Amino acid sequence: MIITSEMIPLFAALPLAGAFVIALLKKIKGIPDIIGVLIPLVVFVLAVFSVLQISDSNSPRVLETSVGEWGAEQIGGHSYIAGIQLVLDGLTAFMLVIVNFVAFVVAVYSMNYMTRYTEKWQYFTLFLLMLAGMNGVIITGDLFNLFVFLEIASIASYALVAFGTGKRELEASFKYAVMGGVGSMFILLGIVFLYSATGLLNMHDMAVALAGQPNTGLLYLVFALLLTGFGLKAAVVPFHAWLPDAHPSAPAPISAMLSGVLIKALGIYAIMRIFYTIFGFPQQIASVLMVLGAVSMGVGAVVAMRQWDLKRLLAYSSISQIGFIMLALGIGTELAIIGALFHLFNHSVFKSLLFLDSGALEYATNTRDLKKMGGIRERMFVTSSTTMAGAMSLAGIPPFAGFWSKLIIIVAAVQANHLGYAAWAVVVSIATIAYALKATRFAFLGKLNEKYAQLNEVPAFMRISLVILAVVCVFGGLLLIPAIKDSFLEIAAEVLLKKGGV
Amino acid sequence: MDFNDIDKYLPYVLTMILFCIGLYAILSRRNLIKIIIGLAISEYAVNLFLILVAYKIGGVAPIFSVDPLLSPLPENMVDPLPQALVLTAIVIGLATTAFLCALAIRIYSKYGTYDIIKIRELRG
Repeated sequence: MIITSEMIPLFAALPLAGAFVIALLKKIKGIPDIIGVLIPLVVFVLAVFSVLQISDSNSPRVLETSVGEWGAEQIGGHSYIAGIQLVLDGLTAFMLVIVNFVAFVVAVYSMNYMTRYTEKWQYFTLFLLMLAGMNGVIITGDLFNLFVFLEIASIASYALVAFGTGKRELEASFKYAVMGGVGSMFILLGIVFLYSATGLLNMHDMAVALAGQPNTGLLYLVFALLLTGFGLKAAVVPFHAWLPDAHPSAPAPISAMLSGVLIKALGIYAIMRIFYTIFGFPQQIASVLMVLGAVSMGVGAVVAMRQWDLKRLLAYSSISQIGFIMLALGIGTELAIIGALFHLFNHSVFKSLLFLDSGALEYATNTRDLKKMGGIRERMFVTSSTTMAGAMSLAGIPPFAGFWSKLIIIVAAVQANHLGYAAWAVVVSIATIAYALKATRFAFLGKLNEKYAQLNEVPAFMRISLVILAVVCVFGGLLLIPAIKDSFLEIAAEVLLKKGGV
Repeated sequence: MDFNDIDKYLPYVLTMILFCIGLYAILSRRNLIKIIIGLAISEYAVNLFLILVAYKIGGVAPIFSVDPLLSPLPENMVDPLPQALVLTAIVIGLATTAFLCALAIRIYSKYGTYDIIKIRELRG
C-alpha cells in the first residue's frame, strides 16, 4: 500500500469518525467494541506503512498536504503557506506507530476490563477522541492547530480520569483539569507571542523567519511559557503534581494510555517539535532540559520507592523515566537523540504493560495495595510473567529492551562529556531496579494470601494484550539491529538532527 | 517611553494584570468554584491579548466589498487571523469550564463541600 499525501488527514479523521459512529450506534450491541478496536488497528497499519515508505530511499522523506488548498502567499521573497498544513515525516511516522500500537493493545484489553464499569460506548467514544487528539498533535505542521488537537486530547483525558466517578477519581480529575488548563493557557500565550513576533503560524515558515533573527528577550519569554506549558503536560518535576493522582485514579487501560503515550505525544513530542524544529535547539534550552530531566529522574525514583499502592508506584516511575528522555534530549548529540527516542518507545511499551498488569491484578483481587498481595504467581501465571517482563525492562536488566536504551543514554552522556549526568543516570537506574523489584516481589512472590486461594486468571482478551506487549518488551532490543534501526529510529532522529526545517 | 505612549501600552498592561488576577485566584482560593472562575478570567485575558495583537490603531473590520468606495484598503484592516483563532480558543475554554463545573457538582454531591482543604482523599 502506498501512503499518499492525501491520506495524512486520515490519522486524525478516522478516530474522530469512529468516536462519532460509536455515539450514534450505541444501542447496537457489540458496536462500541468492534469500532473501538478496529479504528486503532487500521490507523496502526497505516502508520506502519508510512514508516516503511519513508524509510525507503526511493520515496520522498516528507509528505505534506494543505487543508483547504489555500495555496501560498508571497511576502518579501518568501512564500508562506496559508491555511493548515499536515506533515508526515520520519519523527511523525515513528510517533504514530507507537501511539496507535499502544492504543490498539489497550482497546483489546478494554473489551474485557471495561465490563466492570457501566456504559462502554461512552468509554470508547472518549478513548477514540483522545486518540484523534494525539494523532492530530503529531501530524500537524501548524502551531495553533497543535494547540487545538492538544486540547481535544486533554479534555478527553480529563473526562476519562474521572470515568469511575468515585470520590478519588473526581478529585484527581479536578486537579488534573485545573493544572492542564493552566498549562494550555501558557501554551496559547506562548503561541500568541510567537505570532505577534513573526505573523506566522506554520512551523516550517516560523523556523525560517526566526532563523534570521537574533535571540531577543521576547523569545526567552516564549521559551519559558512553552516550556512551562508542555512541561505541565509531560509531568516534568516541578510541574508533576497532577500525575501521581490522575494516572492511578483512571481505569487501568486509561492509565496505560496516559502514562504510555499521552504524556509523550502532548509533552515530549511537542517539546521536540517546537524546540528542535522551530527554534533550532538553542544551547540555553539544552541546559534547561538536562537539569529538568535530571531532577525528574531523581524525584520520581525516590518517591516511587516509598509507595505501597502499585499504580502510584508506577505513576512516579513514569515521572522518573520521562526524566531520562528529557535528559537525553537535552544532551542533543545523535546518539543521545536515538537513545531518547528508543527509550520513549520502550517506556511506552513497558509502562503500558505494567499498568495493564496492575489492572489485571485489580480485576482479580480488587486491591492495589502491595502489602495485601503476595504469592499471586501461583494463581495468575500470565499476569505474573508479563509483569516480570515489564519490570525487568523497566529495571534495565539485559537483554530486555529497557537495558539497551538506558545504556545508550548513559554512553551518550559520557561521550558528550556530561560525566555528572551519566553518573546520576547510573544511580537512578539502580534505584529503578529497587522499586521494580519491590513491585514484583510483593505482588507475586512469597506466600499466597489465603484470601486469594480461589483466584482465577483474567479473561482472554486481557491476556492476549498482555502477552503482545510482553513480547515487544523482550524483543524490543532487536530494534537496534542496523537494518531495523535505519528504517525506524534513524528516520526519526534525522528529523530532529536537522534542527529547523520540517 | 513618554506619556504619549502610555495609551499604546496600557491595554497590554491591563491584560497582563487580568491574567495575573486569574492565576492568583487559581493558586490562592480554596473554593472549587472560585478556582474555576480564576481559570476563566485568565483564559479571557489570553483571548483579549490575542485580539490586541491583531489590532491596529484606527483599523477597520477586514471585510472586502464589491463596491470599491465601500471596500477599505488592506493596509487599514486589522489582522483577521487572530479573530478566527480567538473564536476557537473561546470554544475550547467553554468546554474546559463546562467540564470543570460538572466535576464540581459531582464532587459536591460526594463530599458535601466545595472546600479543597476538606476534599483530601489523595495525598501529594
